[in-house]
Amino acid sequence: MIQGDLLLILLALPFAGSLIAAVSPTNVRHAEAWLSGIVAVTGLGITAALYPSVAGGGAVHARLEWLPAYGLDLSLRLDGFAWIFLTLIMGIGLLVVLYARYYLSPNDPAPRFYCGLLAFMGAMTGIVISGNVILLIVFWELTSIFSFLLIGYWHQNTAARDGARMALIVTGAGGLCLLGGMLLLGQIAGSYELEAILQAGERIRQHELYLPILVLVLIGAFAKSAQFPFHFWLPNAMAAPTPVSAYLHSATMVKAGVFLLLRFWPALGGTDAWFWIVTSAGMTTFLLGAFFALFQHDLKGLLAYSTISHLGLITALAGLGTPLAIVAAIFHIMNHAVFKASLFMAAGIIDHETGTRDMRRLSGLRGPMPITATLAIVASAAMAGVPLLNGFLSKEMFFAEAFEAGKGSLLDPVTTWGALIASSLSVAYSLRFIHQVFFGPPPADLPREPHEPAHWMRFPVEILVVTCLVVGIVPAATVGPYLRTAAQSVLGPATPAYSLTLWHGINAPLVMSVAALGLGSLLYALLARRLSRGPEGPPLLRLLKGQRIFERSLVVFWWRWPRALYSLLGTERLQPQLRILVLLALASLAWQARDAAFLDGALWVTELDPVFAIAWVIGAVCAIGAAWQAKYHRFAALTLLGGAGVLTCVTFVWFSAADLAVTQLVVEIVTTVLLLLGLRWLPKRSQAIAADVELPARVRRTIDLMIAVVCGAGIAAIAHAVMTRPQVSATGAYFLENAYSEGGGTNAVNVILVDFRAFDTFGEITVLGIVGLTVFALLRRFRPARESMDAPMQQRIQSEADASSGRDLGDTVQDYLRVPSVVMQWMFPAIITLSAYLLLRGHDLPGGGFAAGVALAIGFLLQYLAADARWVEARLRVLPVRWMGAGLLTAAATGAGALLFGYPFLTASARYVSLPVIGDVPVATALLFDLGVFSLVVGATIVVLIALAHQSLRGRTRAPEAEEAEPAPPPVAALEEG
Amino acid sequence: MELVLSLAIGVLVASGVWLLLRPRTYQVIVGLALLSYGVNLFIFSMGRLRVGGSSIVEKGAVVDPAAYLDPVPQALVLTAIVISFATTALFLVVLLASRGFTGTDHVDGKEPGE
Repeated sequence: MIQGDLLLILLALPFAGSLIAAVSPTNVRHAEAWLSGIVAVTGLGITAALYPSVAGGGAVHARLEWLPAYGLDLSLRLDGFAWIFLTLIMGIGLLVVLYARYYLSPNDPAPRFYCGLLAFMGAMTGIVISGNVILLIVFWELTSIFSFLLIGYWHQNTAARDGARMALIVTGAGGLCLLGGMLLLGQIAGSYELEAILQAGERIRQHELYLPILVLVLIGAFAKSAQFPFHFWLPNAMAAPTPVSAYLHSATMVKAGVFLLLRFWPALGGTDAWFWIVTSAGMTTFLLGAFFALFQHDLKGLLAYSTISHLGLITALAGLGTPLAIVAAIFHIMNHAVFKASLFMAAGIIDHETGTRDMRRLSGLRGPMPITATLAIVASAAMAGVPLLNGFLSKEMFFAEAFEAGKGSLLDPVTTWGALIASSLSVAYSLRFIHQVFFGPPPADLPREPHEPAHWMRFPVEILVVTCLVVGIVPAATVGPYLRTAAQSVLGPATPAYSLTLWHGINAPLVMSVAALGLGSLLYALLARRLSRGPEGPPLLRLLKGQRIFERSLVVFWWRWPRALYSLLGTERLQPQLRILVLLALASLAWQARDAAFLDGALWVTELDPVFAIAWVIGAVCAIGAAWQAKYHRFAALTLLGGAGVLTCVTFVWFSAADLAVTQLVVEIVTTVLLLLGLRWLPKRSQAIAADVELPARVRRTIDLMIAVVCGAGIAAIAHAVMTRPQVSATGAYFLENAYSEGGGTNAVNVILVDFRAFDTFGEITVLGIVGLTVFALLRRFRPARESMDAPMQQRIQSEADASSGRDLGDTVQDYLRVPSVVMQWMFPAIITLSAYLLLRGHDLPGGGFAAGVALAIGFLLQYLAADARWVEARLRVLPVRWMGAGLLTAAATGAGALLFGYPFLTASARYVSLPVIGDVPVATALLFDLGVFSLVVGATIVVLIALAHQSLRGRTRAPEAEEAEPAPPPVAALEEG
Repeated sequence: MELVLSLAIGVLVASGVWLLLRPRTYQVIVGLALLSYGVNLFIFSMGRLRVGGSSIVEKGAVVDPAAYLDPVPQALVLTAIVISFATTALFLVVLLASRGFTGTDHVDGKEPGE
């Protein structure tokens, strides 16, 4: 299946090109344009090579498995209709790339542009050749996203940002509706394959969910194709660079909606609902778009509304739904893409060379830009539907269908007259474009001196305009066969006979065409003066701006209502939030424990040791005392907290959990010291806060006390109930039995941590690392409060004593606690040894990386306590962030090492190695992992310590006035570097 | 013993919860520490109490799980100790930063009524 492979290449190529463009340096604009051009040329070549396979109603398929479990494949399907689109995507894509090469200024970041453009090309290709509707939706949304990125290309511009956001919201929301519709379609058809859905047309139309499906799909299609009432995003998308407008917003992306309509016409079309909804939306858009276009002053605005109008025409044709209308719709898609892309490029050239797009300022450009003028005039004539140009042919077909449509029904006069009026308006705005820009007095007072653009910038326009002419003069010989192939793939055997010739004799469509040309010219002649003098936008209707409604609803739904809801229900205060949280936890637990039968009678009790009971009486006093004193007597509260901590530690020892006791003890020490260091930076609180004794505070405290007591009583009851029942879980038994045989260690707790559940530990140390980095980041920027900056009272008293007794300033502080200081400094090596001991024995005996890490941190902590931070750092520098990084990497590398041997991540291995003299030594990779844990714990603990210790240094170095303006120097970073 | 320990857990949790709901940051950090003692003891107690037991198995011998203390709650608590240490340390730093930025030690970053 060479064709299938070609199809896959076709889809992958633009995305690959996009990736390459994304990683290219900014200064290779030329190379990027070449890359994009080569992608488009290759795509065009592949498309051409695939034509024989689709001619005559065939289709090319390709399939890759994607999510086989969900029956979802990467299924591609190319038929004649998709082929026409592919040609447009690749062909116009190529011209746009060439054009953009000259359009973009050297200051514009080229990689971003070509990356977006190529990715869009890929996504658009994906839409047209998806053989699976879910896949189609994926590409559909991708086009919305890339359109967003491309509209917002000049993101320094507010209009570009707003336009991009609006386009994304409208088309993205439409895509969501479409997804709903497609899911329902797939459910009814029994498959998400496009062909299955198209064949299930009869079943779908009979289904009771037909109408919801239709509405969902139509919302998606209308939003994408800028159909009324979703049309308002397209004019705002004109903030995009002109190549993007030419490519996305006239030739390809906005055609995706009508593509979808025609694609699913066999499945959904042909019903009354389809006819009424689609035709009326199309006709409304056709009329409104043309009407709005006439009143624009911005060249691109005019073209945008004209695009909306022409898309309305195509939609109306799809709505009419006769086979001939479908043929006309396909034909007009091709024609419109060609003349509108050329017009956009011409508008871009005018903007580029004159510096403005305002038609009121432009005039007489025929003189300085004769060739561009000729090209634009021919293209506008095609837009107006002048004979001998391609626009004329498809418009004729439209007139014929509009005239025939709904014979005898209410819609008959509407379509006929609507078509006539809208076409007259098209003629009028085309005339305005030609007349105001190219004729009249020679240009004056323009931002730039107008002149012809570089030849290669005009070249794409030339190609497109020649196409307009050739197709318009000899249609049957040029596009005839391709159009028939495309029509066959949509209509199948129902493809009608039609003739693609210029002259069909004098008939209703011809009369309508002539009438439209005459009426339009007359209209413009009458309105010309008023148009340029009046404000932008049509009378009356300009007040009803879709854009404003959209923005207002954004404000209401996404700002005002949420704010109102928030101020009604939310609070920024922490206490009520925590109270709710605690109460919720309490309530959910109470709900779980609502049958309190499990609380009855203790089953088994260990004998009470009075010492333990007395110990916990002290513990309870400590806990309650800490709670009581924490507000006004922080130091006392900290001491009492330490008491409770020590008793927790004692409890672990008592009940044989040596590992826990060791870890708890070292952690307890570090926590206490850190809190102690923090105490100084809190505000002094020597007298009672006035509000504390008032009634609301008392009520609050009483309520909180009740909540606290209920929580405590509840957890005590549950703890007691569980402890007095026999254990049922066998999890622990598994670990005990296998700790040595599988994990190579005798300390089951440690083996769980570093071997059986090492992945959990890995996650945990990662969290610890994140905490360390957060502390690091936080303390780089923050300053202690101003009133805490002065030297503490004790230091001041000592300094005064120094001054009065004739000693040097600071002598007393120097000598303060001299003996303990020396002892602490001497203990440093001892603590290091202890830490190493704890680490190494961890696998077999109580200890391990955590305890060892914190123990080592205590060693450093003592040094900071024993002497001034500067004194310590002059002699001993720790780089905590590196410790953390090394730890995490060691742990990860140990884990990844298992992958090399074909085991899952973090599989540990243990064996004994015989060393001379020492004998058998256990060597477990788990020890290496524990080393990582150790190193990370050291780093994370020390980073907090250093951060706190440096507060006083920074408080001192800070200049009294300048600190507000000047950004904080990074104190800890300074440590890191030097 | 069970009764004493469960009462101890209750007192620790009650003191912790009460402090958690207080308005000053220092109260909250002390509360958090007390709460974590209570919770750690609670998790530990899920392995049942055993005096004079151990979780160190004998090398190479056939292991009778009933003779040992359940290692799972211990492993959990060991993790919990470290994590609660990390949260306390982080909270301490946030507390000091907040005090430096806002000039108050109220949990809302401003004195009530301001």
